[in-house]
Amino acid sequence: MKDIIFSIETSCDETSVSVLQGAKVLSNIISSQSFHSKYGGIVPELASRSHIKIIDKIATTAFKEASVRKKDITLVAATGGPGLIGSLLTGFNFAKAFALSRKIPFISIDHIESHIFSPFIGYEKIDFPFIALVVSGGHTILAKVEYYDKYVILGQTVDDAAGEAFDKAGKLLGLDYPAGPEIDRLAELGNENYHHFPEAVVRNSVYNFSFSGIKTSLLYFLNENFPDNKNIPINDISASFRKSVISSLLSRTLKACTDYSIKKIAISGGVSSNFLLRRKFRELESDGFEIYFPMPGYSTDNAAMIGYYAYLRSIYCKVNYTKELSLNAYPVFRS
Amino acid sequence: MSDITVTEFVRITSSKDETVEFGKEIASNLKSGSVIALYGNLGSGKTTLVKGICEGLGVKENVNSPTFTLINEYKGRELDVYHVDLYRLKSTSELQETGLTDFMGSYNTITLIEWPEIAESILPVDAIKIYLSHSVENENTRWIKLEMRKK
Repeated sequence: MKDIIFSIETSCDETSVSVLQGAKVLSNIISSQSFHSKYGGIVPELASRSHIKIIDKIATTAFKEASVRKKDITLVAATGGPGLIGSLLTGFNFAKAFALSRKIPFISIDHIESHIFSPFIGYEKIDFPFIALVVSGGHTILAKVEYYDKYVILGQTVDDAAGEAFDKAGKLLGLDYPAGPEIDRLAELGNENYHHFPEAVVRNSVYNFSFSGIKTSLLYFLNENFPDNKNIPINDISASFRKSVISSLLSRTLKACTDYSIKKIAISGGVSSNFLLRRKFRELESDGFEIYFPMPGYSTDNAAMIGYYAYLRSIYCKVNYTKELSLNAYPVFRS
Repeated sequence: MSDITVTEFVRITSSKDETVEFGKEIASNLKSGSVIALYGNLGSGKTTLVKGICEGLGVKENVNSPTFTLINEYKGRELDVYHVDLYRLKSTSELQETGLTDFMGSYNTITLIEWPEIAESILPVDAIKIYLSHSVENENTRWIKLEMRKK
């Protein structure tokens, strides 16, 4: 009988609770509050206090939707980090208390690691190695993944995350923050060769990313050519900007594939739903690459990926459950 | 009435590296509990300067933008460094929820705050304020002004 898993993710704005049976997601609830903020431009109510207010309600909804009773749960998981410590602690302690009071095992899950495996949600087993690209508003990480608990970080951003670059470009173009998805939509209508925004090269590392320079480059381009902020060809600029960001993600990922002779890539995080990024990586399939993207709903922060990665760890790795219960939440990614 | 002396200092840097170097210089003058507020538009070099300050404080971790995560915490040689970014915040009530007031100015910490405007009313009187701006002519030039306050 496969474990029935109860998982919680509260690393940043979202409060999410999921119930899984083994690798299969039975329910995945993400707080509607921040859902609106993502898609309607409403400012998210932030952090710990809002998580505390709704976590119990969301958990009840998740159980109900999964048609699972609390006493059916056999494994509990929560995001241990990285994230905003107050937010993390809310979900982390809720999960620990749930596990302790019911005397069932608990696993602390790393947010980034769970993103890495999110494209495989539903899979009972994964073939290794693969190259993982985690791209979101908060993270840009390239890794070589060798096993469920074994991976090497090849590169990461030295300044802004890729999603953040899109969000801030949107702000410079007069759109509401965060404007990442909006830039992507406008870019679909524009000419990507309208202007060349240079890709930044990071010294001392061929795999690291930098997106701060392109932001400045856009600022200067706008000041120089549209000092009165009028008649800005927003579609063309969005397309040109997007081309540069995606191309830098693609080139480093491909370099890693070549250097390590790996033809399997898993892309995850909010930016993995970017249209151009999807097309560019899908094109590689004709060259024999295997490309994995998360299913809709599993690209942005969600508890299903936490529960899924907990399941993989429980099956394929040695987990010291007593030790897991004594772990603390942590703010920064421990690469 | 207590008098407050304000000391101003201006530096113009002409590359990212120079901004980082200047950050290291600033770091050597910081003491336990220092709070630094960094003002400036998108792309004006706030995170770059923070990188320099962190390097000067002996932070070994990768220092990047905390816009999304709001707060990054690093271990310095002697002090804990809180790298805060309030860009996404829209109200002072949200500010409370970040826990900023729990650590800002406390013993053995350095707090670096990007986009501090919304926290203006809760900054300590002796917070160091740094203003950064672009030059009109050159993409790589930054004008950086430091304001130090002493009672």
